[in-house]
Amino acid sequence: MIPNLTLAPNDVTNPISSQPGIASPTRTVAASQTEILTVKNLSKIFGAKPERAQALLKQGLGRNEIFAQTGNMVAVDDVSLAVNAGEIFVIMGLSGSGKSTLVRLLNRLIEPTSGQVILEGRDIAPMSTPELRAVRREKMAMVFQSFALLPNRSVIDNIAYGLEVAGRKKADRYDIARAALTRVGLASYEKLLPSELSGGMQQRVGLARALAVNPSVLLMDEAFSALDPLIRFEMQNELLRLQKEEQRTIVFISHDIEEAVKIGGRIGIMKDGRLIQVGTPAELIQSPADDYVRDFFRNVDVSRFLEASSLMTKVERGLIACSTSAPSERYLNSLIDSGAECGYVCDEAGRYQGCVTPASLHKSGKRPIADALLRDVAAVPLTADLHQLATIALGQEHDVPVTDEQGRLAGVVSCRTILKQVMERRAA
Amino acid sequence: MNSSIFGKFADDAVNFLFSHFRGGFDAFSAALGAVIKLLEDGLGAVPFIAMLVILMGLALWRRGVVFAVFVGAALYVINYMGLWAQTVSTLALVVAATFFSLVIGVPLGIWGARNRRVEVVLRSLLDFMQTMPAFVYLIPAVILFGLGRVPAVIATIVFAMPPVVRLTTLGIRQVREELLEAGRSFGSTDAQLLWKIQLPNALPSIMAGVNQTIMMALSMVVVASMIGAGGLGEYVLSGIQRLDIGIGFEGGLGVVLLAIILDRLTESFGVKSKKSKKKVISTPAKPAAAGSTAQT
Repeated sequence: MIPNLTLAPNDVTNPISSQPGIASPTRTVAASQTEILTVKNLSKIFGAKPERAQALLKQGLGRNEIFAQTGNMVAVDDVSLAVNAGEIFVIMGLSGSGKSTLVRLLNRLIEPTSGQVILEGRDIAPMSTPELRAVRREKMAMVFQSFALLPNRSVIDNIAYGLEVAGRKKADRYDIARAALTRVGLASYEKLLPSELSGGMQQRVGLARALAVNPSVLLMDEAFSALDPLIRFEMQNELLRLQKEEQRTIVFISHDIEEAVKIGGRIGIMKDGRLIQVGTPAELIQSPADDYVRDFFRNVDVSRFLEASSLMTKVERGLIACSTSAPSERYLNSLIDSGAECGYVCDEAGRYQGCVTPASLHKSGKRPIADALLRDVAAVPLTADLHQLATIALGQEHDVPVTDEQGRLAGVVSCRTILKQVMERRAA
Repeated sequence: MNSSIFGKFADDAVNFLFSHFRGGFDAFSAALGAVIKLLEDGLGAVPFIAMLVILMGLALWRRGVVFAVFVGAALYVINYMGLWAQTVSTLALVVAATFFSLVIGVPLGIWGARNRRVEVVLRSLLDFMQTMPAFVYLIPAVILFGLGRVPAVIATIVFAMPPVVRLTTLGIRQVREELLEAGRSFGSTDAQLLWKIQLPNALPSIMAGVNQTIMMALSMVVVASMIGAGGLGEYVLSGIQRLDIGIGFEGGLGVVLLAIILDRLTESFGVKSKKSKKKVISTPAKPAAAGSTAQT
């Protein structure tokens, strides 16, 4: 069987990485992959009369040349993407890459020059003002980098703002706002003014304000970038916790790759207004589209995203297929002849049973081969990351077997490979 | 003395208004006169002692004991000089002029903040209104409305309105863009943006404009005594006419004391109530629910 080298993007079976305390990368958990937000050929060109700039863009000119010729700035250039229900989609890019403009095109805080933004089947771009207002009140909410809390209103009135402009009754909106405030852990602060709160708490209020309108899509524009590293870390965990409770669709803008990798189910990388690659963190690390993408991960600990499936080699020698009750002796000679250090035993159904050495087969003698299996050699799933592989390799003398979802032997990862990868991470 | 073409134009314009809209001006004059009379009678009906208590109470509430004592002393001095009736009359004119200045000025300021072109036009108009010597307004006011309190208040409105227009525009413009963005992103209408975000956040600036307008109205009311505004201004004017230093000084002192009281009181409404001290909570209380994931 040919080992499956590509990662299953919706892989949820990752029992080891969901240890408590380790913030595991949230993979797209949604059982049904329904697209909730689709962006098609979305562009934004700033400046009067964008038509000429558009024409030049079609001719393949860069944004700097176009700016020099027309004075128009191409902020977002022909971006298409699809966000699935319940996932955190991170849009990553350096400053000036157009990511903040892109997120504002989604709720039309900035009017798109061309293209479509389809939310739950309806295109937002051509909507009239009242229709757009209804979408903003019911379907989309935004969290801002600068918090953007209203300084003259108390915390609870800030959170209730979205409900208030939508015309909800006072008692209703306070109930909902209180529930949202409790969810972000600030229940007792409702009467304070934003200026009386620390930055992290202010952003919790910002988050609660957005959650209060119960949006289909939550837009977060560099929501944690203005916070201290420790608080930022705490807020990221908070977001992941909330996400575990209720799978919300979130479009998260960030310039911080570690943040993107930590919270993003999928990441879209932007450069000069273009979306150059979209994928899970693992996909981006293992097959970056270009050096720009590769450079992003240069200083990041990517060991969590190097998975067994990409490190393993196919087993060519020492495969033993038999019933576990077959006598051990029978396979001794063929294993020695194959020159392999270990033999990998699979039953008739092809399920991996364990690993044997010539010594263990010899010792077991006439007893069934099940007796000869080495107790200390554990198999790992395809999704085991480098960290887990290294931990297992440390506890044994042999290569680490990798099994697929059906329990079949997919390959082995040699200790040498693990060591090499660990060294490379160190060097980086 | 003959005036040039500019002067003739102004002359013709006023004459045209006078001959064509006389009925309108008379009606407006009567209405305004009634408002002023009502204010003056209302304020005049309050006995001195009651007014003293009210104003001292306000002073105590807004600024504290020291200012309350000052207000008490100032009002006592005014009363001692025998100028209480004149002061009340001046106060009524200032209140009326300020009220109309705000009613016209704040919406104009809002309009200017929302429309660049309007702002450009307004700005030149306001510059004109503010720099034209105050006496000049008296002439058309008298022609159109006759002598008395009404033309005095109208001239005062024209002279005193610019600050509140300007500072309203400025205040709204200074509201942080991200607050508007947040407002829009939650689906606010333009009216909701104005009432819930722009005006509340522009309030300190608008209140500074109100304060300025009151001060300018007070100074203009004195000038307007020349066309029969009455009050403290008239007293000062008679001092000038008789070259009586004593009378002039007493009237002037009355104006100064009234100005200080009005200035400090209105100013105090511009800044946030001083009892809300800024206490910033810097250590976020770790929410119980978040505790499990927040620790790594």
